[in-house]
Amino acid sequence: MKQYLRNTWDGIFTVLVGMKVTFKHLFTPAVTIQYPDVKVKLPERVRNRLYVNMDDCIGCDQCSRACPVSCIEIETVKSIPGEDLGITSNGKKKALWVTKFDIDIAKCCYCQLCVFPCPTECIYMTDVYEFAEYERSNFLYKFATLTDEEAVQKKLNYEKFQAEKAAAAAKLKPETPAQTENKSE
Amino acid sequence: MYQFLYNLIGNEIIAGLLVAVVPLTIILVFALFGIWLERKVSAHMQDRLGPMRTGWHGWLQTVADLMKMLQKEDIIATDADKTLYNIAPVLVFTGSFAVYAVIPFSSKLLGSEVEIGLFYVLAISSLVVAGILMAGWSANNKYSLLGAMRAAAQIISYEIPTALIVLSMVMLTGTLSLDKISQMQTSSFWNWNIFGGAIFSLSKFLLIPFMFVGALIIFISTLAEVNRVPFDIPEAESELVAGYFTEYCGMKWGMFMLAEYGNMFAVSAIISILFFGGYQSPFGYLGNTIGAQWLVPFEQGFWFLAKGLTLVFVQMWLRWTLPRLRVDQLMTVCWKYLIPYAFINLIIIGIISIL
Repeated sequence: MKQYLRNTWDGIFTVLVGMKVTFKHLFTPAVTIQYPDVKVKLPERVRNRLYVNMDDCIGCDQCSRACPVSCIEIETVKSIPGEDLGITSNGKKKALWVTKFDIDIAKCCYCQLCVFPCPTECIYMTDVYEFAEYERSNFLYKFATLTDEEAVQKKLNYEKFQAEKAAAAAKLKPETPAQTENKSE
Repeated sequence: MYQFLYNLIGNEIIAGLLVAVVPLTIILVFALFGIWLERKVSAHMQDRLGPMRTGWHGWLQTVADLMKMLQKEDIIATDADKTLYNIAPVLVFTGSFAVYAVIPFSSKLLGSEVEIGLFYVLAISSLVVAGILMAGWSANNKYSLLGAMRAAAQIISYEIPTALIVLSMVMLTGTLSLDKISQMQTSSFWNWNIFGGAIFSLSKFLLIPFMFVGALIIFISTLAEVNRVPFDIPEAESELVAGYFTEYCGMKWGMFMLAEYGNMFAVSAIISILFFGGYQSPFGYLGNTIGAQWLVPFEQGFWFLAKGLTLVFVQMWLRWTLPRLRVDQLMTVCWKYLIPYAFINLIIIGIISIL
């Protein structure tokens, strides 16, 4: 009988305790946020979408080599003398035309290993994390500032320059073979 | 209300239909409001925000859900018993809707002035059990059947403590008419039945503790009758998918939902009539004070809705506080605790009311 009354009391009292707890929570401010309208402040060193500042890129290919998943593809063309490519923000002289700088962000594992070797600090992580796409091909980010025609042009320029150089060298060359000929004779 | 409309229109059928529209509107509006309230209460109790995008604090969310529900395809399983399957939701809704026929929303707004209102409520609300069993059986699904069996066992068991408390209130008030019970508890909250009724005597003070016990018991047992948490084992989404309405979809499912919310308000209304003075104001009426008699019925309607909604809120509050009972615990609570207490309460109230 005593146990019975005790059970009854516990049954009522414990429910009241629980109700007190939930009633308190009714007036505590919500811990959730209205996500697309309000966003959580990101940590300072957060790693998200990669970005390349092409003004500073010297096309050294170090980021591409550092990438453990090979998601960065870089192609460069040497500049010919007389072409001025400008200098980077930390004073390095640019010597290469970057004809292709593709990052396949779908492959990227956000390790930030590409960021450290960059001599001009032009590749870095931004705080953008909403970049879902419907097509996988949209994840191939092209950073190269040159258009395709320009890239082809630069390539032709360089090849032309090489050819001219070779031709110039060939002009000089006959003299030397002649000398050797003479020697052999 | 009926008499007024009958005098106005002069046709029994049209007047009757018009009277029936009032509680239907109340159920529909309450269901819209109740589902939204349930979501907000649950959300804020869990430190969330709940629906926020549809209208001010998401108040149109239920309307949006209703639109979605109306557009859904009406799927009936091949092996289901189609006739029973289609009747069941209607029957369940009818059961909960018919209760409103005798509930006095205010002294001027009540559907039927029957003398045996309480008896009618107890009888007609049992129709829900038949509907639930039909739904569970006809769906030809194990979960549905299990849910229906549990629901039937639970509702029938918990009708006993409910009936015992109703009986003790009938002994005290000497009437089965809900309107008369409401009228008895007039003028002040001190005259409510939970404070021993309107007659000022020694027995009033003796009754108070037993009235509290009675109110508690009838609250628990009606909570079980409408299948709300912690007594929701017929629905038990974690074990039975959705219990007896597992196979239903679209608006038929919506009718079960509507019936659930209709029932919630109906039992809250019954409790508030029996113990908390029904439509009576706890203080007195503004209309009487300023001499505007026409205002009184509206005030009464307000107080009735306020009391009903408060009890509905307590039901929701309990839902988001307690876990679900096991089947054996459910039966223990009913047969070993509620019924003996209700019996003792009945006897004591009987003795006191003789004094």
